[in-house]
Amino acid sequence: MSAVHYLRCFIGILTREALRFIQQRERFLAALVRPLIWLVVFAAGFRAALGISIIPPYETYITYEVYILPGLIGMIQLFNGMQSSLSMVYDREMGSMRTLLVSPLPRWYLLICKLMAGTFVSILQVYAFLGIALLVGIEVPILGYITIFPALVLSGLMLGALGLFLSSAIRQLENFAGIMNFVIFPMFFLSSALYPLWKMQESSVLLYEICRFNPFTHAVETIRFALYGEVNLWAIAITTGTFILFLAFAVFGYNPAHGMMKRKVGT
Amino acid sequence: MSDPKSNDSSRQALHVDGISFSYGAKPALSDVGFKIAPGGFTVLLGQNGAGKTTLFSLITRLYDAGQGTIAVVGHNVQTVPLPALAEMGVVFQQPTLDLDLSVMQNLRYHAALRGMRKREAIARIETELKRLGMEERQNEKVRTLNSGHRRRVEIARALLHRPRLLLLDEPTVGLDAPTRQTIIDHIHHLCEDEGIAVLWATHLIDEILPSDRVVLLHEGRIQAEGIVADIVRTAGVATISDAFTKLTRTEDAA
Repeated sequence: MSAVHYLRCFIGILTREALRFIQQRERFLAALVRPLIWLVVFAAGFRAALGISIIPPYETYITYEVYILPGLIGMIQLFNGMQSSLSMVYDREMGSMRTLLVSPLPRWYLLICKLMAGTFVSILQVYAFLGIALLVGIEVPILGYITIFPALVLSGLMLGALGLFLSSAIRQLENFAGIMNFVIFPMFFLSSALYPLWKMQESSVLLYEICRFNPFTHAVETIRFALYGEVNLWAIAITTGTFILFLAFAVFGYNPAHGMMKRKVGT
Repeated sequence: MSDPKSNDSSRQALHVDGISFSYGAKPALSDVGFKIAPGGFTVLLGQNGAGKTTLFSLITRLYDAGQGTIAVVGHNVQTVPLPALAEMGVVFQQPTLDLDLSVMQNLRYHAALRGMRKREAIARIETELKRLGMEERQNEKVRTLNSGHRRRVEIARALLHRPRLLLLDEPTVGLDAPTRQTIIDHIHHLCEDEGIAVLWATHLIDEILPSDRVVLLHEGRIQAEGIVADIVRTAGVATISDAFTKLTRTEDAA
């Protein structure tokens, strides 16, 4: 297998995901409507109730809409990662996953290609969302639209790897509803996406500690700092570490010898 | 049992040797072994639950075999899976096309997974679709095709990269009689004209031709193997249908 073969395979998987994304307009709209409701409706209601102090990377008082913008970007990527996971469980149930897995390339490489393609799609969604946010008057520094890109790649890969791992562990499509309750909502609400952690600390030290250990918090903080052209090394390190961990679990899960793919599919 | 790494094995398109596999405590395959020569058409005959799909999953390395070895054109599937997979074309029992993409997009995706150049891929897609009478449908979404046409697309896809071994797991289930016959004839011609070895899993007796080699699988074990006439003679009955009934019933009684 030559390097060109690997590259063609990557382009093929990326093209397929992009085509699916373009043709599933409802998915694109849903991905945008969800954070927009939070930005326009939720933020309007809570603006007065949740005052924001000056915390890094901000250098002045900011509106609540500005504060939750990185959290909602993280939300887009979180939901996209779970959507990819759902799609992979569906593909596995329906059989189309097999086409990918019997390709003559290492399975870890195929999974990484799938992961990168999903991240690419989530970044398209994020930029569309940033465009709409700009239209409703939420501005970020011009350079922020560029400096956020590597952060989006990293957070997208981490959340995508989580989805990939979950897809290897979930045995039936019906079990996926549980993921909403036990993964997405706790990850989102127990993070710095909607409120700064010092606010959480005032309410409950235990919840604050949980938020600090939540990898989604660090993905959001990576995005938040990158949006203002700054680097949060600690958040980047945690996000990178959890990405590697989730990816390792996913590769194990899809390994035919050791993983959870060993399940009865009919004889 | 012969060693799949031997020269004999490298001459075979498929060499399954002493394969056993179980789902937890439940055995699915027990000491299964057979060979398919290049250009050979072999029917893997068995009732539902006989172990056919499990065997396909092992050959394609969706699962790792617990015991025994599988070699495809001399490449051990467990130890050197990539060259083994490169020699295979697979049509799974379940439909595996992406319904939201067109026929061409589905086939281009497969060609990319196999590392084919764009120009080569398009030429091969046009050739295979034409052979199956599907050239006019290449820009249609798969969702709009009937099940027979979807099957043809899957067969075209499995042949794009010119495999030396074609695996088909109950490819005609749910299709009408004329479509079934078209597909059976097409696959037989591939064996004769292009030397592709075929493993065709089915539980439908009427898909077997007198010249076919049959591996009769029942409850994870091979009950009989050989050309139709040999199996009928050994079973001491008049037809392959009778032989199938007798050999599977005997095992049930035991």
